[in-house]
Amino acid sequence: MSNISLIGMVSIIMAGLTMAIGAIAPAIGEGLALANALRAIAQQPDQTNTITRTLFVGMAIIESTAIYCLVVSTILIFANPFWNYFTGQQAGGG
Amino acid sequence: MEITPDNQIFWEWRWVTLNATILYSWLVMAILVVGSWLGTRNLSVAPAPMSPWQNRLEMIVEQINIQIRDAVRQDPSQFLPFVGTLFLFIAVANLVTIFPVYESPAASLSTTTALALCVFVAVPYYGIKNIGLGNYLKHYLRPTPLMLPFNLISELSRILSLAIRLFGNIMSTGLLVAILVSIVPLFFPIVMRAFGILIGVIQAYVFAILAIVYIASGMRAQHQTQRPVNE
Repeated sequence: MSNISLIGMVSIIMAGLTMAIGAIAPAIGEGLALANALRAIAQQPDQTNTITRTLFVGMAIIESTAIYCLVVSTILIFANPFWNYFTGQQAGGG
Repeated sequence: MEITPDNQIFWEWRWVTLNATILYSWLVMAILVVGSWLGTRNLSVAPAPMSPWQNRLEMIVEQINIQIRDAVRQDPSQFLPFVGTLFLFIAVANLVTIFPVYESPAASLSTTTALALCVFVAVPYYGIKNIGLGNYLKHYLRPTPLMLPFNLISELSRILSLAIRLFGNIMSTGLLVAILVSIVPLFFPIVMRAFGILIGVIQAYVFAILAIVYIASGMRAQHQTQRPVNE
């Protein structure tokens, strides 16, 4: 198998795996955060504004790990540096 | 498929390139400046009748003031210009995506990095202005001097995560809509676009709140010493 097809195959598989594995933990974390926030709102409806604000900020921070995975897999698919290097080398050498 | 508006180039002359990111940032800036100028031309105080635009702008400023006061528990007037501008720029940049050709400049890593670098400069600026240079530098040694490298790393990594978070959220929505248009072109992309606008406004809010939280954490020394006097 040539270098190019190997790099293409590994990049696509790893892009899928990055999203698949990387989405699990943030999803569990956001679910826990939302469940606890709802419980807190049910107990203290007066504090809804404060709880909602903290929930949004906290969720955005939790979510950033998933966003990192998304950025990495996007780079692997659309702007893969190794792919560009090897296609450039082939065009130059062959 | 384009993943960032940086690659759409409208005009090029030697080393000067005008890409979609710059053009659409100018558009958003023009909307903000012209809108505020039109709204604040004829300001009036209480007995005189108030124009509807003045009313709207006052509502926005008052809401931002309340949010900042809730977040830092002190007078928001010195943070309002910086944090309010960050929020309004990102929110308007994402709201204008209702129009078809436009792409949010926040979908480019250059814009979000620039905004995050503004926060990176603003944290020591407000810290030194409020608690002095010595106190500000001392807060890096806060629990023990052993924590110095970790404090420095956290200072850099939170700015990085601020930039990547905004970029990733906005870029992923644009990418999702672009993919959906090629699969189900009729109705579904509209729903996702509306959802994307909601995400854009929430991300603008999160960006502004995180900026104010970081600024407040750089002023913590003053916070602890002055709290008994204030309350």
